Amino acid sequence: MSILINKKTKVIVQGITGRDGSFHAEQMKKYGTNVVGGVTPGKGGSKVAGIPVFDSMAEAVKKTRANTSVIYVPPGFAIDAIYEAADNGIKLIVCITEGVPANDMMKVYDYLKDKDVRLVGPNCPGIISTDQSKVGIMPGTIVKKGPVGVVSRSGTLTYEAIWALTCAGLGQTTCIGIGGDQIIGTNFIDVLGMFENDKATKAVVMIGEIGGTDEEEAARFIKKRMSKPVVSFIAGRSAPPGKRMGHAGAIISGGTGTAAEKIKALNAVGIPVAASPTEIPGLVEDMMKKAKKPKAAAAKKTRKAAARASGAKKKTKKAGKS
Amino acid sequence: MKIHEYQAKDLFSEAGIPVPPGKVAATVAEAVEIAESFGCPVMVKSQVHVGGRGKAGGIQYAENVEAARVWSQKILGMDIKGLKVGKVLITEAVDIVTESYVGIIIDRASKSPVVMVSAAGGIDIEEVAAKTPEKIHKLAVDPTVGLRAYQARNLAAKLYKDIAQIRQAADIILKLYDLFWQVDASLVEINPLVTVPSGQVLALDAKVNIDDNGLFRHGEIAALRDVEAEEPAEVEAREGDLSFVKLSGNIGCIVNGAGLAMATMDLVKHYGGDPANFLDIGGSSNPQKVLTAMRIILSDANVRAVLINIFGGITRCDDVANGIVLAYEELKPEVPIVVRLTGTNEDKARKILKAVNLEFGDTLDEVVKKAIDLSDIDVPAAGRSK
Repeated sequence: MSILINKKTKVIVQGITGRDGSFHAEQMKKYGTNVVGGVTPGKGGSKVAGIPVFDSMAEAVKKTRANTSVIYVPPGFAIDAIYEAADNGIKLIVCITEGVPANDMMKVYDYLKDKDVRLVGPNCPGIISTDQSKVGIMPGTIVKKGPVGVVSRSGTLTYEAIWALTCAGLGQTTCIGIGGDQIIGTNFIDVLGMFENDKATKAVVMIGEIGGTDEEEAARFIKKRMSKPVVSFIAGRSAPPGKRMGHAGAIISGGTGTAAEKIKALNAVGIPVAASPTEIPGLVEDMMKKAKKPKAAAAKKTRKAAARASGAKKKTKKAGKS
Repeated sequence: MKIHEYQAKDLFSEAGIPVPPGKVAATVAEAVEIAESFGCPVMVKSQVHVGGRGKAGGIQYAENVEAARVWSQKILGMDIKGLKVGKVLITEAVDIVTESYVGIIIDRASKSPVVMVSAAGGIDIEEVAAKTPEKIHKLAVDPTVGLRAYQARNLAAKLYKDIAQIRQAADIILKLYDLFWQVDASLVEINPLVTVPSGQVLALDAKVNIDDNGLFRHGEIAALRDVEAEEPAEVEAREGDLSFVKLSGNIGCIVNGAGLAMATMDLVKHYGGDPANFLDIGGSSNPQKVLTAMRIILSDANVRAVLINIFGGITRCDDVANGIVLAYEELKPEVPIVVRLTGTNEDKARKILKAVNLEFGDTLDEVVKKAIDLSDIDVPAAGRSK
């Protein structure tokens, strides 16, 4: 089992003829992803790594019946690529592109929010469901099949955490990077709800960073709606306030968004926060051992909580099925 | 990107938001000339990218031209929170009746622009926000529909009782909202928005921060960047397409990805070291970027060791390795360099790096500890961490 993507996921690569698009289209295909086509306007009829290229999403979806797209186009064109995918029936859009203007993203989010479409990203590494499919840029070599779900605001830091888990013998169901920007399509709580509903996932690793209050919201969500153990890591303990630490979303402003606040909020609801990515596997093992012996009453309560979680988020449920 | 008050006020004027007449000066002579042409009293306002200028003494009232000269002399070159003042804005002084606050930000939670107003404007707005948040009125605006005139009027009515002033303020809020979108701002702020004895509503201060991701389509705004008001190494980094923040430690860090770069810094601190910087070489790194990164880090005299931590995904380790070899040849570094390369094309990278003499490590913790140890090596044995 997995969330968001699996063996059946049919993927179109938007921007497949670019440097990154072509490289990662091939990498995805090698991993086993069902890459059914690519789109670059003006390059229709050609092939990249044996994958047919189309001129438009309309044509690509009509010919391939794809349900998922992954975007590698430059920032000036990424917004249009998201709209094009959504308007042509794509249900899951993964936008890898970094540098998309936040104002554009607010409009995109508003446009998509009432539609049956899930956007992951932008500025994210994508999704990998172990041994099934990868949509994005995560190196397939670092994952291993197992019981842990991973969700992160970061890219390479996610790989670091996954690699630490894999080296410790703890494999993963699905790993997902939700992106480091201020305005992103899918937040922690969306993914946490999906992991809660995924039978194969027994524990979740959530990797946050400074900026915003998503981790605090996640802490509240976990307390109310999750029965599965969650372990966290927060990047930016040593970051100075007022400076953007690379990611558009990673900035401590007006005294809020600090690592200390986030760690406090997570600890307060019983979520351990690792000091180093290498500490994550140990904490996951501890939490999984503890979770194995729930009291009868607690188990009943958590089943109820899970039922609430599945009903509460319409999108979560739909996307979880796809 | 931050721009100066005088530049933000130019944008305000173009947008039709009333501001007191003003002109910027880089020398005392220019400042005096402007004060003479306006007629005193005037305000002398330091132009630096930091809040709390007034409290730091960087904003002064000058009753006559002589006072304008004295204050310009004092403020030009003044250090405000570590930034040197290179320019002053001379504006006509106005009599203030009331001070309010108007701001628009990108709100992550509602994923929309949020307009904030408060009748308790002025220099203590942060304190107002922290202690009496009920005094700040917020409205999340539908980004597709935009701000409606009635919404602006309702917000303005939180500031004033007089309908003429409500209309003026509503007009200012609407124009400010349009400006927010027009320039791809991440924040626009008027603090204070004042009323004067004639009843007019005026923007006495102006703050506009631009979303860096939106700059590519605003050449005219990008040109407003005042590189002299920034850290030189940060300017060089940006020109080399790197994100870099200078810190005060002695271990230079080169990492791919912002999250991993932060985690690497955190770990340096965790094991008792002190990072000299945050540096993310980004994805799709070409060798040239690595060379620029090394140049920036090695030009910091504090740096005693360099830590390179790459987890390849979209970044290919062989590209980084070629950059390291290039940097070795061109820069001939004298400080120890500790490298860890994992992920995409890792094997190719290792072959390339055989050409140079480096310290290697397999895990993040290992290379961090190694870099801390090596940064201590010149220190007398008693001072070492081993």
